Amino acid sequence: MKHLLSTQDLSLANAVQILDTAEEMAAVGEREVKKLPALRGRTVVNLFFEDSTRTRISFEAAAKRLSADVINFAAKGSSVSKGESLKDTAQTLSAMGADAVVIRHWASGAPQRLAATDWIDAAVINAGDGTHEHPTQALLDAFTMRRHWTKLTGAASIGADLTGMRVVIAGDVLHSRVARSNVWLLRTLGAHVTLVAPPTLLPIGVESWPCKVSYNLDEVIEGGVDAVMMLRVQGERMNASFFPSTREYSRRWGFDDNRLRSLDTLGLKDTIIMHPGPMNRGLEISSAAADSPRSTVLAQVRNGVSVRMAALYLLLSGDTREPAAVPAGTTAAPTTKESK
Amino acid sequence: MMAENNGVYLIRGAAILGAGAEDLMIRDGLIAARGADASSAEGAEDATVVEAGGLVALPGMVDIHTHLREPGREDAETVETGTRAAALGGYTAVHAMANSNPVADTAGVVEQVHSLGRASGWVDVRPVGAVTVGLAGEQLAELGAMADSRAQVRVFSDDGICVHDPVLMRRALEYVKAFDGVVAQHAQEPRLTAGAQMNEGTVSSVLGLAGWPAVAEESIIARDVLLAQHVDSRLHVCHVSTAGSVEIIRWAKGRGINVTAEVTPHHLLLTDDLVRSYDPVYKVNPPLRTDADVQALREALADGTIDVIGTDHAPHPSEHKECEWAQAAMGMTGLETALSVVQQTMIDTGLMDWAGFARITSTTPAAIGRVADQGRPLEVGEPANIILVDPSARWTVDPSKMATMGRNSPFKGRELPGKVVATFFKGHPTVLNGSLNTPYRHPAATAAGAS
Repeated sequence: MKHLLSTQDLSLANAVQILDTAEEMAAVGEREVKKLPALRGRTVVNLFFEDSTRTRISFEAAAKRLSADVINFAAKGSSVSKGESLKDTAQTLSAMGADAVVIRHWASGAPQRLAATDWIDAAVINAGDGTHEHPTQALLDAFTMRRHWTKLTGAASIGADLTGMRVVIAGDVLHSRVARSNVWLLRTLGAHVTLVAPPTLLPIGVESWPCKVSYNLDEVIEGGVDAVMMLRVQGERMNASFFPSTREYSRRWGFDDNRLRSLDTLGLKDTIIMHPGPMNRGLEISSAAADSPRSTVLAQVRNGVSVRMAALYLLLSGDTREPAAVPAGTTAAPTTKESK
Repeated sequence: MMAENNGVYLIRGAAILGAGAEDLMIRDGLIAARGADASSAEGAEDATVVEAGGLVALPGMVDIHTHLREPGREDAETVETGTRAAALGGYTAVHAMANSNPVADTAGVVEQVHSLGRASGWVDVRPVGAVTVGLAGEQLAELGAMADSRAQVRVFSDDGICVHDPVLMRRALEYVKAFDGVVAQHAQEPRLTAGAQMNEGTVSSVLGLAGWPAVAEESIIARDVLLAQHVDSRLHVCHVSTAGSVEIIRWAKGRGINVTAEVTPHHLLLTDDLVRSYDPVYKVNPPLRTDADVQALREALADGTIDVIGTDHAPHPSEHKECEWAQAAMGMTGLETALSVVQQTMIDTGLMDWAGFARITSTTPAAIGRVADQGRPLEVGEPANIILVDPSARWTVDPSKMATMGRNSPFKGRELPGKVVATFFKGHPTVLNGSLNTPYRHPAATAAGAS
């Protein structure tokens, strides 16, 4: 694995390896000195063609904890806004010696273009491309779910997958790269996924996806669920006839206080509520739900740094083909491998 | 290269339309003799002999849908380079689409394109006139002036943009009846395809690219065939791409509606699975569809529901393809690969013979465009627009070696069957031994518009 472009082509072994490595990285975050020398002398470029402060600082923290040099390249206000092409930008970064490019782009497939062309030879990490994929978000979601799931089953987290876990992803699936990456990854990890959305916000072709689809959130919750992931509703959808009004959306598809209570009355005491952020409180999720003990929103943010450290470490150390090579023991620091 | 000679050629042993081997003698731009008489015909002893054993003789191909880009985008293609590509691909006539800059919406622009074509001398260049001023879809262009010009425009199209206003489309269909014109519609409902990037279906759902639904094409075709029936006019549907469109056209023809339809070579071979690469060389309008659509298009071409091949040859400079998918221009080159792709998909599959190939690539497109001396039978006295094809040849597509300036061939790296060995345009070999020879030189004395 030279790049991390999507979760669709991520094998079970590689996915579990990333999650296991992220556990090692999380342990580093518990230490007084939250820093490893693993990527000392390597350069990671955060190439952001779309504003996303959260994802950018998460990757920045991850790279810095691994001692990499970090360059933040925001396309707005740069040569890109003056008409420079992706090709020229990539070649420029290549000439500056970037070892990894973390790319966020509004156009689906832009990271794959970087990886497939000879414009740049660096490892490419997709930090969200258009309405295609956001693999590190799905990995941090899976990491969060795995910690929860193994705690319930009493199994060890390391090496575990999500076999048998019931996950509901609700909201604007059509435009969601988070939903796509989660569907493929959760399938690979053995979870059962149900998508819930208004029919207007499901893509034509969703019937070919490895998941169930429902238009009724209450029915799905009544059927039993271990994790509910609410997707953000983008402002620009609100006036494009995808749904009649934000109030109707909230009533039918939002995780509101009534649905929060229903988890208790249905005896679903261990069901967690997830959201990739940023949240529209009162629209797709109520404040009570977002702030309840069931909510994993902040844990997801925290885990994001660990998962991104794992991805950067594995891609830049070239270790991904041999899961056995993951450093064992929670205190052992990963060692740098120069082979790439 | 061959020295200029007396213009007499003896083609020996060509399988005419794929049938038995016969000789053809060309003299003074016409087929002077055919069969056993040819080698003993007057002037045969001085003829340049072209050995054509194993080759198929066909009427020169006529493209109903070509983008030559000139005037305005000479960085993408010129009339000269585009018609060189056409000759190499086996064409003796192309219809140059109107979306140049300035748009071909006046007699002046279509005459300019026509003159450039005559000066180049590789094929007949038949300008297509825009339906509306500036392709803006608001006001009819001066269709009559273009029809009466030296370019003698008969095909009108806003190709690239759909004439989506139903009243304007009705008026255009009605108006062109005055000079036996045809409206060639780019069927794409604009609201249903705002921001669309690829065929809407299983693949687009995974790739997160905005979908281009089949219904956006089919709903316009359904409306237009009914309009054509209502005003009793002639409609041509550009680049049909879906199985549903085929059904509607079949229904319309069954009702006697005067509609013709074209399909591109790429829609006969490629599917939207290729978009998984996000390589914009596969970005085209209309988009690549599914395998079920490809099969339906082949069957429709074989049974006559779809009448002709149109290449929709659309060269682009590389910077318009070396970018993100969403940023990339739509379009593919096609002139130099059309014959091979049609052979592979229609002839080598047994769906069609070479006589059928002549019908869909020459006879019928010439009839739709009202091109008098093209698409004619290979008989004595007919204009010598003839190609010789080696159907047993195999070649690997290398866009960097093409005559078109466009490097955006979706067939790059593919091995294809069939090769154009020679192209005779008005009795003159523009292509010999598979390479460009020399252009035809129009006699200076020829009256304007008589090409």
